[in-house]
Amino acid sequence: MSQYQWDWLVIFENVTDTDEFYYQWLISGLGWTLLIALSAWVIALILGTIIGTARTLPNKFVAGIATAYVELFRNIPLIVQLFMWFFVLPEMVPTNIGNWMKQDMPHPGIITSIIGLGLFTAARVAEQIRTGILALPRGQKNAGLALGLTLAQTYRHVLLPMAFRVVIPPLTSEFMSIFKNSAVAYSITATELFFQMKQITGDYKPANQIEVVTIVGLIYILVAFSANRIMTFIERRVQVPGYISGGK
Amino acid sequence: MISIKNVSKWYGNFQVLTDCTTEVKKGDVVVVCGPSGSGKSTLIKCVNALEPFQKGDIVVDGTSIADPSTNLPKIRSRVGMVFQHFELFPHLTITRNLALAQEKVLGRSKDEAMTKGLALLERVGLKDHAHKFPGQLSGGQQQRVAIARALAMDPIVMLFDEPTSALDPEMVNEVLDVMVELAQEGMTMMCVTHEMGFARKVAHRVIFMDKGHIVEDCAKEEFFGDLNSRSERARHFLSKILQH
Repeated sequence: MSQYQWDWLVIFENVTDTDEFYYQWLISGLGWTLLIALSAWVIALILGTIIGTARTLPNKFVAGIATAYVELFRNIPLIVQLFMWFFVLPEMVPTNIGNWMKQDMPHPGIITSIIGLGLFTAARVAEQIRTGILALPRGQKNAGLALGLTLAQTYRHVLLPMAFRVVIPPLTSEFMSIFKNSAVAYSITATELFFQMKQITGDYKPANQIEVVTIVGLIYILVAFSANRIMTFIERRVQVPGYISGGK
Repeated sequence: MISIKNVSKWYGNFQVLTDCTTEVKKGDVVVVCGPSGSGKSTLIKCVNALEPFQKGDIVVDGTSIADPSTNLPKIRSRVGMVFQHFELFPHLTITRNLALAQEKVLGRSKDEAMTKGLALLERVGLKDHAHKFPGQLSGGQQQRVAIARALAMDPIVMLFDEPTSALDPEMVNEVLDVMVELAQEGMTMMCVTHEMGFARKVAHRVIFMDKGHIVEDCAKEEFFGDLNSRSERARHFLSKILQH
């Protein structure tokens, strides 16, 4: 180690035998990472809200299906889920659809990662939304219903707006996690940031791999930290004057 | 206006209401009292179907609550309810609290709902607080807003579920004053409360409940005037709360 020559500028070197630069690969990877994570987050928020809400409904059948979803997607490792969507599913569906998934679907690794990561995170978001709804005073639902609002209107206008506010802190760590979890997408050929790092340090082996790995780590920190700041900003914006969460 | 007929209700094997029968006529102010756990809050929540019941029926303005084909949101929109813990919507300003159901349920325009809301806020003495959020008001103020919110729907009857039990003592009267005024204007009211002063002042009838039964159901004068013909249980209850 004492012989190691640090060179942080390694990423600005030419990729061996090409006219590209390592930093270009990293920027491209970062772009895909952001796309995968943000798209998956949209799926996770929408689906997670629906499933989390469903778990609190009086209808036992609907609540049961929602619970089954959460247990299924929460208890299988993310990388296994991605493998199932990417390698197993095309074999389970009719041949022509399977072939399309394997050959003709655009960006199969990216698309599958977005869906897989979205469905996985939805289960986790659902649990948080459910907790948020249950944390509200019981009388809130009655107050909405007593005014003549339907159950759906009561959720939409009374329960969910407060439940979201209550669970912003845990949702913040979920939002940060989705960027970090997106690194698993490399395993199904999505050319995101971690994939590019593996590519650079694996096949092309510039002299200074430690720097490349460290720089990628720093990029992830920057991304996750930005996600955290965005959520904190939202938290402040939607703060309810005079309301102390957990104060009731 | 409200006709409660042989209503029984169970939580699992535990019976919380047994064969309750009573009536609230138009313009009546009926006070429901009784020890905690006697089922009085449960009974009043059965009236607008916030609590289901297994036997009997409740008819509100000609509509059966037990009938599965009844449009519950519709009947609830005509029955005002005020809760022990106010239950204002914390993320909405006072004016939005008042306007929400007017717009979503009654289909009133934003302007109409706002005008109606402000008029009611003025009536409960809180017009200056219209732009605030519930968390910025005292308990007594919140409860007055809650009454205004219920009135904004032009209810045919008002239900009060221990409206002053969660208030600091010095705020009880500001809420009772609003309720007394309502009663004197002829609003039909069913009030679960331990405020016997309120009962004496404006109630027409007093219902006393114990262990899920309606034990007493008589005119106010009779209830307070002739303690000797009250049931043992009611006398005991009154002796505890009327002492001071």
